[in-house]
Amino acid sequence: MQQVQSTMAGTVLQVLVQPGDQVEAGQDVVILESMKMEVPVQSESSGTVKEVKVEAGAFVGEGDVLLELDE
Amino acid sequence: METTTLQKLADIEERVKKGGAPKYHEKLAEQNKLFVRRRLELLFDDEFQLEDGLYANVTEESLPADGVVTAIGKVNGQTVCVMANDSTVKAGSWGSRTVEKIIRIQETAEKMRVPLIYLVDSAGARITDQIEMFPGRRGAGRIFYNQVKLSGMIPQVCVLFGPSAAGGAYIPAFCDVVIMVDKNASMYLGSPRMAEMVIGEKVSLEEMGGARMHCSVSGCGDVLASNEEEAIAEARRYLSYFPANYRQSAPMAEGKTPPADARPLSQIVPDNQNVPFDMMELIDSLVDEGSFFEIKKLFARELITGLARIDGRPVGIVANQSKVKGGVLFVDSADKAARFITLCDAFNIPLLFLADVPGFMIGTQTERAGMIRHGAKMIAAMSEVTVPKISIIVRKAYGAGLYAMAGPAFEPDCCLALPTAQIAVMGPEAAVNAVYSNKIAELEGPEKVKFVQEKREEYKRDIDIYRLASELIIDGIVDPDHLREELIGRLVAYENKEMQFSERKHPVYPV
Repeated sequence: MQQVQSTMAGTVLQVLVQPGDQVEAGQDVVILESMKMEVPVQSESSGTVKEVKVEAGAFVGEGDVLLELDE
Repeated sequence: METTTLQKLADIEERVKKGGAPKYHEKLAEQNKLFVRRRLELLFDDEFQLEDGLYANVTEESLPADGVVTAIGKVNGQTVCVMANDSTVKAGSWGSRTVEKIIRIQETAEKMRVPLIYLVDSAGARITDQIEMFPGRRGAGRIFYNQVKLSGMIPQVCVLFGPSAAGGAYIPAFCDVVIMVDKNASMYLGSPRMAEMVIGEKVSLEEMGGARMHCSVSGCGDVLASNEEEAIAEARRYLSYFPANYRQSAPMAEGKTPPADARPLSQIVPDNQNVPFDMMELIDSLVDEGSFFEIKKLFARELITGLARIDGRPVGIVANQSKVKGGVLFVDSADKAARFITLCDAFNIPLLFLADVPGFMIGTQTERAGMIRHGAKMIAAMSEVTVPKISIIVRKAYGAGLYAMAGPAFEPDCCLALPTAQIAVMGPEAAVNAVYSNKIAELEGPEKVKFVQEKREEYKRDIDIYRLASELIIDGIVDPDHLREELIGRLVAYENKEMQFSERKHPVYPV
């Protein structure tokens, strides 16, 4: 199982995928808002979204798990 | 002279130049590694090389050249000194003569004021020989002392092919740049076996001290190469930007235009300050085609650092990458910038700052990691620069981000803005919330939205870039599609810049 982690502290602006979606390595999966910037977070690996751990508006710290993927 | 006298010399020379036993050569091949003398052939312009200490420890048949080759040759036409471990001889470990040879080639490089290249592939000290090679005046410690003394005087380049263990791991650490071969190179103070024995940790070498980890996480590596040939080619390319020593100018090359299919800057930079764009594309459209040599490409990617040429003139670029972490400056990116700025300043390479920065990162995590002192380190390094220093405000430059990217107060030779530039303590959204928080809290619905919108527009008028130009805060506003021509002119104009930052011994570094 692979995880997508937050690259920096910020607020979740948008979750771009749902459980069951197929994602490719390098694809934007979540957009954070941090330091007044839109910060896209990419999945490092390809797989199927198993679970989305956050919702829009939530605060996340650097390294917090955003998604879990099945390979 | 008797033929046997000559034959003896030829026989011994041939034996020594073969390095260690055949089984160790077979092991090299299995690991996709090259023999030390093959590495030197690839590094030098031609085969000819001068070598000292070939007969070190020659009476000990199992230790040809005592496991290290020290040579003088040419790279890009420039004389250089080289130290190269031979891992077929006792895994490249250090005995007393190994250490003495390394110290001597350092002394030679110092006297001749030429670059020194370390081709590292060594298991570290021979513990059985420790009294002779570890603690004394000309023991291994002297290698590191010399490296520190040579730093900033001559370029010191490390190419790491295999392990660089324990104390030996400090050779790369004291070099200006470390090029690592993926899968084979490693750096660690304690091996995985040692880690398990001493602290109880079970970990693989790759995870703890592998090339990819050091190039992307620890920041100890600068360039990750996929094989040895590529690593050596990268070392040659890196050196093409550098003079032989700090007294000389960085070498020119023939100018080239950016790629014909590069998009104009006006199409690359968006007006909206808050959406990311690819700063790398902007750099490619600005510099001579194929001239960008990125340093620490995989580490702290929110900041880009690299060497390039503009109309053949060498330049060091420090640029914020809004595509990664919003281009915000973090602990690692500040560290990366400070180190790169110091490198360019030491060897007379002009610096170009491309600012698009929301500021230094805030929040518990970065404050606890010492964001303030790391930020101070970057600002200190940038302040002390005496080479030509050009600051281009591409888009936003908020708060201390403006300062770190060579803003007007830090004596850049010029601070120029693109028409998309926005200089302020903070962006309009944050500023309006900060100044009018009570008022905003009192209002509701459309009234609130209208109030906030009005105040933001007012704020934007207040920080309008033409107003800053009118106040002489910035030196000019440049059409992005003429930026390259402007920079060519500026680099020529500032060519003979001469300044001393201060008379004191050295600052108290905010590290």
